[in-house]
Amino acid sequence: MRSRRYVISSLTAIAAMTAVPAFADEPVKAVASFSILADLVKQVGGDRVAVSSLVGPNGDAHVYSPTPADAKSLAAARLVFVNGLGFEGWMDRLVKSSGTRAPVIIATKGVKPIQAKEDHDHDHGHGGSDPHAFQDIGNVKIYVANIRDALAAADPAGREAYEANAAAYLKTLDALESEVKAAIAKIPADRRKIITSHDAFGYFAKAYGVSFIAPKGVSTEAEASAKDVARIIRQVKAEKIPAVFMENIEDRRLSEQIARETGAKIGGALYSDALSPPDGPAATYVDMMRNNIRQFVAALAPGGA
Amino acid sequence: MTGAMLHDVLIGPFAEFAFMRRALVGAIALALSGAPIGVFLMLRRMSLTGDAMAHAILPGAAVGYLFAGLSLTAMTLGGLAAGFTVAILAGAASRATVLREDATMAAFYLLSLALGVTLVSLKGSSIDLLHVLFGSVLALDDSALLLLAGIASVTLVALALLYRPLVLECVDPGFLRTVSRSGPVAHLAFLGLVVLNLVAGFHALGTLLAVGVMMLPAATARLWSADVTIMMAVAILAGVASSVGGLLVSYHFSLPAGPAIILWAGALYLVSLAFGAAGGILAIHFPRRHLEA
Repeated sequence: MRSRRYVISSLTAIAAMTAVPAFADEPVKAVASFSILADLVKQVGGDRVAVSSLVGPNGDAHVYSPTPADAKSLAAARLVFVNGLGFEGWMDRLVKSSGTRAPVIIATKGVKPIQAKEDHDHDHGHGGSDPHAFQDIGNVKIYVANIRDALAAADPAGREAYEANAAAYLKTLDALESEVKAAIAKIPADRRKIITSHDAFGYFAKAYGVSFIAPKGVSTEAEASAKDVARIIRQVKAEKIPAVFMENIEDRRLSEQIARETGAKIGGALYSDALSPPDGPAATYVDMMRNNIRQFVAALAPGGA
Repeated sequence: MTGAMLHDVLIGPFAEFAFMRRALVGAIALALSGAPIGVFLMLRRMSLTGDAMAHAILPGAAVGYLFAGLSLTAMTLGGLAAGFTVAILAGAASRATVLREDATMAAFYLLSLALGVTLVSLKGSSIDLLHVLFGSVLALDDSALLLLAGIASVTLVALALLYRPLVLECVDPGFLRTVSRSGPVAHLAFLGLVVLNLVAGFHALGTLLAVGVMMLPAATARLWSADVTIMMAVAILAGVASSVGGLLVSYHFSLPAGPAIILWAGALYLVSLAFGAAGGILAIHFPRRHLEA
């Protein structure tokens, strides 16, 4: 599968050569690698920036196959935003092959990475650090500052607008953070435990004090073994974990199997790596965090829905 | 090793966990019907047809997934539709033209594959479909198990009904044509069974590995006997043994379950290749003449 991706990315190189870079008085063209980052760029950029996302809503950035159109939009971009920390492994290659001259801004620059949870003897492709830093709202404030500075550097005329947008959005994030903390505080401490099929909540766990146990390792690329599943079932039973959560981008069959065998509650859909389509419950980053916290409270609160 | 330890290693995982029991039941159902199908495929020199059909089914299941999500019904129907279409078109084209069935089969499965990939791209999902299409033997729910068991039952009954024409067509197609016109019908029905079993296997193992539980036990069995009945029995045994072995290895050594089952089947095949009594390397090159006298 990997080799197929390489073939595609070399094809994209050919497509990219025909693309013409766009300039001048139109909005600043920016490309973000995935939907959550695109939303953050949109919040800071406002009307002055036209941002597109390579991996769309509900897409899995871990195993994404770039298309020629992606290379074309990269070649036309003034700015390219990536998450970094190994989140989009295919991105470096795509950026190179697209021939874009746009600077690549790593949104997690300055974020203190946490180690990916080492699940016994699995070896995953992230080089040890967990890339899902955006699950901690504190980190997203760093993302926002990075985005603001990058936009202001690329488009000095819009500096004031970007600074105003960023300041307003940071306030929104502050409010969101206290909302999340208040919601978690309502869940009794011994029930703040969740099984989820994709281990993307390491930062959320650290920041807000909820334990997440994953049936798989950090990357969606590894297939779970019978031993993994057995260990989780034992753990759910032993620690009386109240809820099993599925995600928008994962194989739900495994979560259902675990729920069936342990009697834990199956929670609603969480959004971890991607936003929902615009009409969904997680169309923006703020909506995504609100959706997730609502689902946690519903499943974990004693006698909750 | 004491009895208690043996129990812990071999029985314990199945006794403790329902998902292991479900996986075992599903894998055994697959082996029961897939292995005899594999024997006939091999005897009819169609060992690679299974692989071609697996590719033909994959796009149908993918399209089913795109329109209805991870729905057992939609993916099964999609896979069946694509598989039957390719089987029927390939059979019809080989009878109506100068092309042989392997050529028409290759042509139509490639068409199906390309069409499937195109439809998937048009729908614009960036989800890696192969990721979804790899079934998980560890996550079989009730409806998936019922489907596997149902397909196994239908297959075994159908094989019993088709047994005489199928065997005849394997050994002497010319003779079958002179005594009966059931040849083409039996052939088409047999291809239908191949598709059914691949669709069943696809839910547990994914389309491509599903071929493994069909062909590896069959090739293993041929190395131990030339008798069709015995071959089918040995193939089923090999399939069941691989299922048990693969699940236990996956449990004890933390390996992905689907590939572990196929690797077990592959290991049995390799051993048989060397030691098989009816055509293995040792049997052919170092025959024990003193026993044959």
